[in-house]
Amino acid sequence: MNLDFTEEQEMLRTMARDLLQTECPKTLVRELEESDLGYSPELWKKMAELGWQGLTFPEEYGGTGMTFFELALLVEEMGRNILPGPFISTLVCGLTILEAGSEQQKREFLPKVAAGEMILTLALTEPSASWKPEHISVRAVASNEEYVINGTKLFVPDAHVADYLLVVARTEDSTRPEEGITVFLVDARSPGIQCEPQLTLGLDNKAEVVFKDVRVPKGNILGELNQGWKVVQIAMTKGTALKIAEMSGGCQASLEMANAFVKERVQYGRPIGTFQVIQHYLADVWGKTDRTTHIAWEICWKVGAGVATPFEVAAAKAWTNEAYKWVTERCVQCHGAIGTTRDHDMGLYYRRAKVAELDYGDTDSQMEVVAQQMGL
Amino acid sequence: MDFEPIAGTEELRKEFEDFFKEVMKDAPPGWENSPDDLATDEGWAFHRRVARELGKRGWLSLAWPKKYGGLGKSIFEQLTFNEVRAYYRAPGVDGFGMAMVAPTLLAMGTEEQREEFLPPIARGEVTWAQLWSEPEAGSDLANVQTMAVRDGDYYILNGQKVWTTGAHNADWAFAVVRTSKELTRSRGLSFLLFDLKSPGVEIRPLPTMSSHSRKVEAYFNEVFLDDVRVLVKNRVGEENQGWAITRATMNFERSGLAGLGGIRHSLDELIDFCKETRWRGKPLSEDPLIRYRLAEIAVGITAGQATARHVLWGQHRVEMGEAPAMEMVPRASSMKYYQTELDQRFVYLGCQIMGLYGQLKRESKWAPMAGKFERLYQSAPGPNIYAGSTEIQKNLVAWIGLGLPRT
Ligand SMILES: Cc1cc2nc3c(=O)[nH]c(=O)nc-3n(C[C@H](O)[C@H](O)[C@H](O)COP(=O)(O)OP(=O)(O)OC[C@H]3O[C@@H](n4cnc5c(N)ncnc54)[C@H](O)[C@@H]3O)c2cc1C
Repeated sequence: MNLDFTEEQEMLRTMARDLLQTECPKTLVRELEESDLGYSPELWKKMAELGWQGLTFPEEYGGTGMTFFELALLVEEMGRNILPGPFISTLVCGLTILEAGSEQQKREFLPKVAAGEMILTLALTEPSASWKPEHISVRAVASNEEYVINGTKLFVPDAHVADYLLVVARTEDSTRPEEGITVFLVDARSPGIQCEPQLTLGLDNKAEVVFKDVRVPKGNILGELNQGWKVVQIAMTKGTALKIAEMSGGCQASLEMANAFVKERVQYGRPIGTFQVIQHYLADVWGKTDRTTHIAWEICWKVGAGVATPFEVAAAKAWTNEAYKWVTERCVQCHGAIGTTRDHDMGLYYRRAKVAELDYGDTDSQMEVVAQQMGL
Repeated sequence: MDFEPIAGTEELRKEFEDFFKEVMKDAPPGWENSPDDLATDEGWAFHRRVARELGKRGWLSLAWPKKYGGLGKSIFEQLTFNEVRAYYRAPGVDGFGMAMVAPTLLAMGTEEQREEFLPPIARGEVTWAQLWSEPEAGSDLANVQTMAVRDGDYYILNGQKVWTTGAHNADWAFAVVRTSKELTRSRGLSFLLFDLKSPGVEIRPLPTMSSHSRKVEAYFNEVFLDDVRVLVKNRVGEENQGWAITRATMNFERSGLAGLGGIRHSLDELIDFCKETRWRGKPLSEDPLIRYRLAEIAVGITAGQATARHVLWGQHRVEMGEAPAMEMVPRASSMKYYQTELDQRFVYLGCQIMGLYGQLKRESKWAPMAGKFERLYQSAPGPNIYAGSTEIQKNLVAWIGLGLPRT
């Protein structure tokens, strides 16, 4: 155990923090929220030049070979600053291809992801709004050298800008729901795909994706036929960890903002930060943020090292879900009315906290995993 | 940063586990290692027996220098011990002696004091009591009124202490007293050690709310000091400099990791109970609300453990001289009240799940889990008050962690 950062890690954090501050000010965040794309292609390009998209890929696939934990530190900074766009979506898929893909798939996809030329996303959830295999109803049926996909995915992040979708489909009926599921790499421009982004609380883009007789070559199966739930778990575990890191950064930023505010805002002739009740709110926020930061580091390290248990992953997400919402709510309270406006940055975090809870497993579903893992 | 287990601690963990598994077979029925358990004659005897066993193995002085009877291990091995012991809810450790007096003497005592007081602590032979609080000095500890007047090689003590945990069973006291009438508040205090059998010491029980006419469990005490003579050489630190010692003593071992492990053990038992108990036709464990609320406690423990590791790491850095002790204060303070509140929530959940049965004392044949939650319900608020109340901890986080002004 060594809980200090290495010099390299410290540098990565500072570099990311500084860069995001200048390249992604809150004015840009608001602009991107209202834009059709939802991200800045210029910034995306710049990030690729810095090696961010390929951070953890081996050099042979155009990456820089850093660890998953270091990627998480980068994502933590993104959450702190807020960086709208498909970074987590793309990286989750990229890392899943790296772990479960064939050599050919790795050569085809990873260098493009690393170069910032390819956006990916996981198309898992459906109108049933469930994370469980028994609720996958999109079907893929074999036909000669292809599969034909039909059905509807919903809440697919960044699907409107994705080049490829990792589509989770049922290929065989089975008494065990995790059997008979297959993941396909689907060109998002294939005929028969209709993508319709939905407006959300987070002003991020969660799309409905309808598949109507979409034809996919057999070579585009990621992992093994009918064994796709394992691939989904790889993606979900990594996605959950990165999301937690992002949310942790958001807690830190909210706390810092509120702490600065209460030192400046004067009522009754003194800064409101001198009132004990405000001090105690923020002391609670400090503690919750501290624990969130630590649980995020620990789970990201463990996921990177391949030693995280399902209990630990679910517990970490459940914790962070509730912490981020609670922290941002308290910080809005400390701001008074200004904190509730579109022009103030607090609202950017407050809205994201709720949406982030739902990404990669909302609290109720994570608590149920925790309960099951404890033998309940 | 990495979270690999420290080399060697896993073997040690196994050794501790084997020991505690064996020793706990002799525990009195329904043992929780709670204040109530220790208050009975049988419970106290069990505690003393385990203490001597631990002393023989050197486990009460794991991290002390070898010179004072320690094993010279690191804070991580100490933690492993604390965790395992908390998980098995084993007695045998005098928290005051081991977690407060010993580190205080190691850091700030004289050589003579270390040689006199440390070995009996290491052997598990002596029990200490904390004589700090007074009727007019609770959170505001600097308002201590008990006077110690110098008389040659002695101080003569007069005054009253209160809320003294376990004083009726203790051998020695570590006290904060006033040694100067002129110097005000924290400036005129000294830190003294004295034998509780000294003439002039009167200990009166203060029953806690869990007592009743058939069973008085005097866990608290009032301690009256009437011309008690204390050797000057038993003063830790300089005269009138006792506040600094007191502050440091408060900060030893505040990671809370061990306590969280204890909650986890109780949670596991409650889970077993919910799986085994069918009420109104189905196991409690199938109730979605119960599942959610049990999971919530487990999640809270997991998050607490993540930060507790950082508290411990920080303490390690302080010990190595790599960081100032002040750096640790907000995190330790935050964890103190986080843990006691989590424990309290857990206890209330346990009581809630028991429904109407939750009111039954262990004497009732109908009491579930030997009446455990009925007892815990009454001891749950205390930890939010002692060792710096939740409110005082929040003040410290706000002032030191957030740089907000003291008012
Ligand atoms: C189970 C138990 C065991 C104990 N064991 C010992 C022992 O062995 N030895 C010993 O010396 N003492 C012991 N104590 C005493 C303990 O240290 C004191 O109770 C504690 O310091 C609080 O003091 P008080 O009870 O006088 O409450 P007060 O200080 O009067 O506090 C009452 C309330 O006011 C709040 N408050 C006080 N000051 C502030 C402030 N500045 N800002 C905001 N809120 C404030 C407190 O948080 C609390 O909620 C024990 C207490 C308990 C409950």
